[in-house]
Amino acid sequence: MEYPAEQVVSQLQALAVTHVVWLPDSAMGPWETAFEHSTTFKLVRVCREGEAWAIAAGLHLAGCRPLVMIQNTGLFESGDAMRNVLFDLKLPLAAVIGYRSYLVSGSTDTARQFTEPVLDAWGLDYAIVRSSQELPTISRHLSACRNGGKPGVVLIAEGRM
Amino acid sequence: MMKMNYIAALKVLHELRTDEIVITTMGSAREWPRISNHPLDFHYIPSAMGQAPALGLGLALARPNRQTWVLNGDGAMLMNLGCLVTVIASGARNLTVFVLENQIYEVTGGQQTAAGALSAKVDLAGFARSAGFPVVARFETLDDWRAQAASLLKQSGPRFVVLAVEPVGEDYLLESPGPLPERLAGFQEALAGV
Repeated sequence: MEYPAEQVVSQLQALAVTHVVWLPDSAMGPWETAFEHSTTFKLVRVCREGEAWAIAAGLHLAGCRPLVMIQNTGLFESGDAMRNVLFDLKLPLAAVIGYRSYLVSGSTDTARQFTEPVLDAWGLDYAIVRSSQELPTISRHLSACRNGGKPGVVLIAEGRM
Repeated sequence: MMKMNYIAALKVLHELRTDEIVITTMGSAREWPRISNHPLDFHYIPSAMGQAPALGLGLALARPNRQTWVLNGDGAMLMNLGCLVTVIASGARNLTVFVLENQIYEVTGGQQTAAGALSAKVDLAGFARSAGFPVVARFETLDDWRAQAASLLKQSGPRFVVLAVEPVGEDYLLESPGPLPERLAGFQEALAGV
Protein backbone atom coordinates (compact mmCIF):
# COMPACT_ATOMS: atom_id res chain seq x y z
CA MET A 1 0.00 0.00 0.00
CA GLU A 2 1.32 3.41 -0.95
CA TYR A 3 0.02 6.66 0.39
CA PRO A 4 0.77 9.75 -1.72
CA ALA A 5 3.06 12.10 0.13
CA GLU A 6 1.31 15.24 -1.06
CA GLN A 7 -1.97 14.01 0.38
CA VAL A 8 -0.33 13.27 3.71
CA VAL A 9 1.27 16.71 3.72
CA SER A 10 -2.07 18.35 3.05
CA GLN A 11 -3.53 16.46 5.99
CA LEU A 12 -0.79 17.75 8.25
CA GLN A 13 -1.32 21.26 6.94
CA ALA A 14 -5.00 20.98 7.71
CA LEU A 15 -4.00 20.18 11.28
CA ALA A 16 -1.61 23.16 11.36
CA VAL A 17 1.17 20.82 12.40
CA THR A 18 4.39 22.72 13.16
CA HIS A 19 6.76 19.78 13.67
CA VAL A 20 6.72 16.15 12.58
CA VAL A 21 8.84 14.19 15.03
CA TRP A 22 9.53 10.91 13.34
CA LEU A 23 11.25 7.63 12.98
CA PRO A 24 9.76 6.28 9.76
CA ASP A 25 8.96 2.79 8.59
CA SER A 26 8.85 1.60 5.02
CA ALA A 27 5.35 2.98 4.37
CA MET A 28 6.26 6.44 5.68
CA GLY A 29 9.72 6.53 4.19
CA PRO A 30 8.57 7.76 0.77
CA TRP A 31 7.12 10.87 2.46
CA GLU A 32 10.54 12.06 3.58
CA THR A 33 11.35 14.35 0.67
CA ALA A 34 7.96 16.03 0.83
CA PHE A 35 8.34 16.50 4.59
CA GLU A 36 11.83 17.91 4.23
CA HIS A 37 10.57 20.47 1.76
CA SER A 38 7.48 21.43 3.69
CA THR A 39 7.25 25.14 4.32
CA THR A 40 4.64 24.71 7.02
CA PHE A 41 6.29 22.24 9.36
CA LYS A 42 9.75 21.12 10.37
CA LEU A 43 10.91 17.52 10.26
CA VAL A 44 12.66 16.32 13.43
CA ARG A 45 14.45 12.98 13.19
CA VAL A 46 14.91 10.87 16.29
CA CYS A 47 17.09 7.84 17.01
CA ARG A 48 14.56 5.96 19.13
CA GLU A 49 10.83 6.42 19.40
CA GLY A 50 10.72 7.34 23.07
CA GLU A 51 12.52 10.55 22.24
CA ALA A 52 9.73 11.50 19.86
CA TRP A 53 7.14 11.75 22.63
CA ALA A 54 9.38 13.84 24.88
CA ILE A 55 10.40 16.19 22.08
CA ALA A 56 6.76 16.58 21.12
CA ALA A 57 5.96 17.34 24.75
CA GLY A 58 8.51 20.14 24.86
CA LEU A 59 7.19 21.57 21.63
CA HIS A 60 3.61 21.39 22.85
CA LEU A 61 4.40 23.05 26.17
CA ALA A 62 5.82 25.99 24.25
CA GLY A 63 2.73 26.35 22.08
CA CYS A 64 3.66 24.37 18.96
CA ARG A 65 1.60 21.65 17.32
CA PRO A 66 3.84 18.62 16.98
CA LEU A 67 2.91 15.27 15.48
CA VAL A 68 4.64 12.04 16.47
CA MET A 69 5.10 9.69 13.52
CA ILE A 70 6.45 6.21 14.25
CA GLN A 71 5.78 2.54 13.53
CA ASN A 72 3.79 0.32 15.86
CA THR A 73 7.01 -1.41 16.89
CA GLY A 74 8.16 2.03 18.01
CA LEU A 75 4.92 2.46 19.91
CA PHE A 76 5.81 -0.60 21.93
CA GLU A 77 9.36 0.63 22.47
CA SER A 78 8.30 4.06 23.59
CA GLY A 79 5.72 3.06 26.18
CA ASP A 80 7.29 4.77 29.17
CA ALA A 81 7.86 8.05 27.36
CA MET A 82 4.32 7.97 26.01
CA ARG A 83 2.91 7.12 29.43
CA ASN A 84 4.70 10.06 30.95
CA VAL A 85 3.69 12.75 28.48
CA LEU A 86 0.13 11.57 27.86
CA PHE A 87 -0.84 10.51 31.36
CA ASP A 88 1.51 12.22 33.83
CA LEU A 89 1.82 15.53 32.00
CA LYS A 90 -1.64 15.02 30.44
CA LEU A 91 -0.65 16.52 27.11
CA PRO A 92 -3.10 15.92 24.25
CA LEU A 93 -0.47 14.90 21.73
CA ALA A 94 -1.22 13.44 18.33
CA ALA A 95 0.45 10.52 16.61
CA VAL A 96 0.39 8.76 13.27
CA ILE A 97 1.55 5.19 13.69
CA GLY A 98 2.41 2.67 11.01
CA TYR A 99 0.32 -0.49 11.44
CA ARG A 100 2.72 -3.15 10.25
CA SER A 101 1.17 -6.18 8.54
CA TYR A 102 -2.41 -4.96 8.95
CA LEU A 103 -3.09 -5.61 5.26
CA VAL A 104 -1.36 -8.97 5.17
CA SER A 105 -3.98 -11.67 5.10
CA GLY A 106 -3.41 -14.27 7.79
CA SER A 107 -0.42 -12.43 9.17
CA THR A 108 1.08 -13.85 12.34
CA ASP A 109 3.16 -10.73 12.90
CA THR A 110 3.04 -10.06 16.63
CA ALA A 111 3.43 -6.35 15.96
CA ARG A 112 0.04 -6.55 14.27
CA GLN A 113 -1.52 -8.70 16.97
CA PHE A 114 -0.64 -6.41 19.83
CA THR A 115 -1.20 -2.97 18.32
CA GLU A 116 -4.89 -2.46 18.99
CA PRO A 117 -4.93 -4.32 22.33
CA VAL A 118 -2.10 -2.09 23.50
CA LEU A 119 -3.84 1.09 22.36
CA ASP A 120 -7.02 -0.11 24.05
CA ALA A 121 -5.09 -0.83 27.23
CA TRP A 122 -3.74 2.72 27.24
CA GLY A 123 -7.25 4.02 26.58
CA LEU A 124 -6.12 5.88 23.49
CA ASP A 125 -8.63 6.99 20.89
CA TYR A 126 -7.51 5.69 17.50
CA ALA A 127 -8.73 5.42 13.94
CA ILE A 128 -7.39 3.33 11.09
CA VAL A 129 -6.52 4.50 7.58
CA ARG A 130 -6.81 1.47 5.29
CA SER A 131 -6.27 3.12 1.93
CA SER A 132 -5.23 6.43 0.43
CA GLN A 133 -8.90 7.31 0.03
CA GLU A 134 -9.15 7.26 3.81
CA LEU A 135 -6.27 9.68 4.40
CA PRO A 136 -8.67 12.49 5.38
CA THR A 137 -9.24 10.42 8.53
CA ILE A 138 -5.93 11.83 9.73
CA SER A 139 -7.10 15.41 10.00
CA ARG A 140 -10.65 14.51 10.93
CA HIS A 141 -9.78 12.17 13.79
CA LEU A 142 -6.85 14.11 15.18
CA SER A 143 -8.82 17.38 15.05
CA ALA A 144 -11.65 15.76 16.95
CA CYS A 145 -9.24 14.48 19.59
CA ARG A 146 -7.54 17.86 19.88
CA ASN A 147 -10.89 19.60 20.24
CA GLY A 148 -11.75 17.10 22.93
CA GLY A 149 -8.52 17.90 24.75
CA LYS A 150 -7.26 14.33 24.53
CA PRO A 151 -4.48 12.46 22.74
CA GLY A 152 -5.25 10.92 19.38
CA VAL A 153 -3.74 8.23 17.22
CA VAL A 154 -4.19 7.38 13.57
CA LEU A 155 -2.96 3.97 12.44
CA ILE A 156 -1.73 3.69 8.87
CA ALA A 157 -2.45 0.21 7.52
CA GLU A 158 0.57 -1.39 5.96
CA GLY A 159 1.09 -4.50 3.92
CA ARG A 160 4.67 -5.47 4.49
CA MET A 161 6.52 -7.04 7.36
CA MET B 1 40.92 13.48 43.44
CA MET B 2 37.95 14.90 45.29
CA LYS B 3 35.07 15.52 42.92
CA MET B 4 32.75 18.48 43.13
CA ASN B 5 30.08 18.90 45.71
CA TYR B 6 26.78 18.53 43.85
CA ILE B 7 25.10 21.66 45.13
CA ALA B 8 28.28 23.74 44.78
CA ALA B 9 28.51 22.74 41.14
CA LEU B 10 24.93 23.81 40.59
CA LYS B 11 25.50 27.10 42.38
CA VAL B 12 28.10 28.06 39.79
CA LEU B 13 25.44 27.60 37.15
CA HIS B 14 22.81 29.39 39.17
CA GLU B 15 25.02 32.45 39.48
CA LEU B 16 25.33 32.61 35.69
CA ARG B 17 21.67 31.98 34.96
CA THR B 18 19.76 34.91 33.51
CA ASP B 19 16.66 34.02 31.52
CA GLU B 20 17.37 30.46 30.43
CA ILE B 21 14.76 27.71 30.49
CA VAL B 22 16.02 25.10 32.97
CA ILE B 23 14.83 21.49 32.96
CA THR B 24 15.80 19.42 35.97
CA THR B 25 15.37 15.68 36.42
CA MET B 26 16.21 12.99 38.95
CA GLY B 27 18.88 14.28 41.38
CA SER B 28 18.96 17.78 39.96
CA ALA B 29 15.21 18.08 40.49
CA ARG B 30 15.91 17.64 44.19
CA GLU B 31 18.93 19.95 44.42
CA TRP B 32 18.22 22.80 41.97
CA PRO B 33 15.04 23.94 43.78
CA ARG B 34 17.14 24.45 46.91
CA ILE B 35 18.88 27.33 45.14
CA SER B 36 16.47 28.41 42.42
CA ASN B 37 12.84 29.44 42.25
CA HIS B 38 12.31 30.75 38.75
CA PRO B 39 9.20 30.61 36.56
CA LEU B 40 11.24 29.09 33.74
CA ASP B 41 12.41 26.19 35.92
CA PHE B 42 10.60 22.95 35.19
CA HIS B 43 11.27 20.04 37.47
CA TYR B 44 10.58 17.05 35.26
CA ILE B 45 8.96 14.84 37.89
CA PRO B 46 7.36 12.42 37.34
CA SER B 47 9.49 11.73 34.32
CA ALA B 48 10.31 9.08 31.78
CA MET B 49 13.89 8.52 32.88
CA GLY B 50 16.30 9.40 30.12
CA GLN B 51 13.97 11.75 28.28
CA ALA B 52 14.87 15.11 29.85
CA PRO B 53 17.27 16.07 27.01
CA ALA B 54 14.52 15.26 24.52
CA LEU B 55 12.02 17.37 26.42
CA GLY B 56 14.57 20.16 26.49
CA LEU B 57 15.19 19.77 22.78
CA GLY B 58 11.50 20.25 22.08
CA LEU B 59 11.54 23.45 24.10
CA ALA B 60 14.71 24.62 22.39
CA LEU B 61 13.21 24.05 18.96
CA ALA B 62 10.08 25.92 19.96
CA ARG B 63 12.04 28.84 21.45
CA PRO B 64 15.12 29.19 19.23
CA ASN B 65 15.98 32.60 20.61
CA ARG B 66 16.06 31.39 24.19
CA GLN B 67 18.68 29.15 25.75
CA THR B 68 17.50 25.88 27.28
CA TRP B 69 19.55 24.07 29.91
CA VAL B 70 18.94 20.45 30.84
CA LEU B 71 20.41 19.25 34.13
CA ASN B 72 20.65 15.54 33.53
CA GLY B 73 22.17 12.66 35.47
CA ASP B 74 24.70 10.20 34.11
CA GLY B 75 22.39 7.22 34.66
CA ALA B 76 19.67 9.01 32.73
CA MET B 77 22.12 10.03 30.02
CA LEU B 78 23.20 6.43 29.56
CA MET B 79 19.58 5.48 28.94
CA ASN B 80 19.31 7.72 25.92
CA LEU B 81 22.68 8.33 24.28
CA GLY B 82 21.02 8.41 20.87
CA CYS B 83 19.44 11.69 21.87
CA LEU B 84 22.85 13.34 21.50
CA VAL B 85 22.68 12.54 17.80
CA THR B 86 19.08 13.71 17.64
CA VAL B 87 20.08 17.07 19.11
CA ILE B 88 22.72 17.62 16.45
CA ALA B 89 20.48 16.40 13.63
CA SER B 90 17.77 18.82 14.73
CA GLY B 91 19.97 21.83 14.13
CA ALA B 92 19.11 23.35 17.50
CA ARG B 93 21.89 25.65 18.68
CA ASN B 94 20.34 26.84 21.91
CA LEU B 95 20.48 23.71 24.04
CA THR B 96 22.99 22.83 26.73
CA VAL B 97 22.99 19.39 28.31
CA PHE B 98 24.71 19.26 31.68
CA VAL B 99 25.41 15.81 33.09
CA LEU B 100 25.87 15.58 36.84
CA GLU B 101 28.01 12.48 36.88
CA ASN B 102 28.25 10.49 40.09
CA GLN B 103 28.20 6.99 38.57
CA ILE B 104 25.30 5.83 40.68
CA TYR B 105 21.52 5.79 40.64
CA GLU B 106 21.31 8.10 43.58
CA VAL B 107 17.56 8.46 43.87
CA THR B 108 17.08 4.71 44.19
CA GLY B 109 19.64 4.40 46.94
CA GLY B 110 23.04 4.56 45.31
CA GLN B 111 23.35 1.49 43.12
CA GLN B 112 26.12 1.62 40.55
CA THR B 113 25.33 2.39 36.94
CA ALA B 114 26.68 -0.07 34.40
CA ALA B 115 29.30 2.51 33.52
CA GLY B 116 30.15 3.03 37.16
CA ALA B 117 30.81 -0.66 37.56
CA LEU B 118 33.47 -0.64 34.86
CA SER B 119 37.10 -0.32 35.76
CA ALA B 120 37.73 1.88 32.73
CA LYS B 121 35.92 5.21 32.80
CA VAL B 122 33.15 5.71 30.23
CA ASP B 123 33.71 9.04 28.52
CA LEU B 124 30.29 10.64 28.13
CA ALA B 125 31.93 13.76 26.75
CA GLY B 126 33.45 11.55 24.07
CA PHE B 127 29.99 10.38 23.01
CA ALA B 128 28.87 14.00 22.67
CA ARG B 129 31.98 14.94 20.75
CA SER B 130 31.44 12.04 18.40
CA ALA B 131 27.81 13.04 17.89
CA GLY B 132 29.00 16.43 16.74
CA PHE B 133 28.51 18.75 19.70
CA PRO B 134 30.69 21.78 18.97
CA VAL B 135 31.17 22.61 22.64
CA VAL B 136 32.07 19.72 24.95
CA ALA B 137 33.71 19.94 28.34
CA ARG B 138 34.23 17.89 31.45
CA PHE B 139 35.06 19.33 34.85
CA GLU B 140 36.29 17.47 37.88
CA THR B 141 37.10 20.34 40.21
CA LEU B 142 35.01 23.22 41.36
CA ASP B 143 37.81 25.68 40.70
CA ASP B 144 38.07 24.65 37.07
CA TRP B 145 34.32 24.68 36.58
CA ARG B 146 33.98 28.08 38.23
CA ALA B 147 36.82 29.50 36.19
CA GLN B 148 35.54 28.33 32.82
CA ALA B 149 31.75 28.19 33.11
CA ALA B 150 31.00 31.72 31.94
CA SER B 151 33.19 31.62 28.84
CA LEU B 152 31.94 28.16 27.96
CA LEU B 153 28.32 29.29 28.07
CA LYS B 154 29.08 32.17 25.73
CA GLN B 155 30.13 29.79 22.98
CA SER B 156 27.68 28.87 20.28
CA GLY B 157 25.91 25.62 21.05
CA PRO B 158 24.68 23.07 21.37
CA ARG B 159 26.85 22.37 24.39
CA PHE B 160 27.51 19.29 26.48
CA VAL B 161 29.08 19.64 29.89
CA VAL B 162 29.95 16.84 32.29
CA LEU B 163 30.30 17.80 35.93
CA ALA B 164 31.93 15.06 38.00
CA VAL B 165 30.23 15.30 41.37
CA GLU B 166 30.25 13.46 44.64
CA PRO B 167 27.06 11.63 45.58
CA VAL B 168 24.93 13.71 47.90
CA GLY B 169 25.26 10.82 50.30
CA GLU B 170 22.27 11.52 52.42
CA ASP B 171 18.76 12.70 51.79
CA TYR B 172 19.03 11.06 48.41
CA LEU B 173 15.40 10.10 48.03
CA LEU B 174 13.52 12.25 45.60
CA GLU B 175 11.08 14.65 47.16
CA SER B 176 8.02 15.84 45.32
CA PRO B 177 8.49 19.38 44.05
CA GLY B 178 4.76 19.92 44.38
CA PRO B 179 1.62 19.13 42.40
CA LEU B 180 2.36 18.66 38.73
CA PRO B 181 -0.72 20.42 37.29
CA GLU B 182 0.15 23.66 39.07
CA ARG B 183 3.83 23.43 38.18
CA LEU B 184 3.04 22.68 34.56
CA ALA B 185 0.52 25.50 34.28
CA GLY B 186 2.98 27.97 35.77
CA PHE B 187 5.74 26.83 33.45
CA GLN B 188 3.52 27.10 30.38
CA GLU B 189 2.44 30.55 31.43
CA ALA B 190 6.07 31.59 31.79
CA LEU B 191 6.90 30.08 28.39
CA ALA B 192 4.05 31.95 26.77
CA GLY B 193 5.66 35.17 27.88
CA VAL B 194 9.02 34.54 26.23
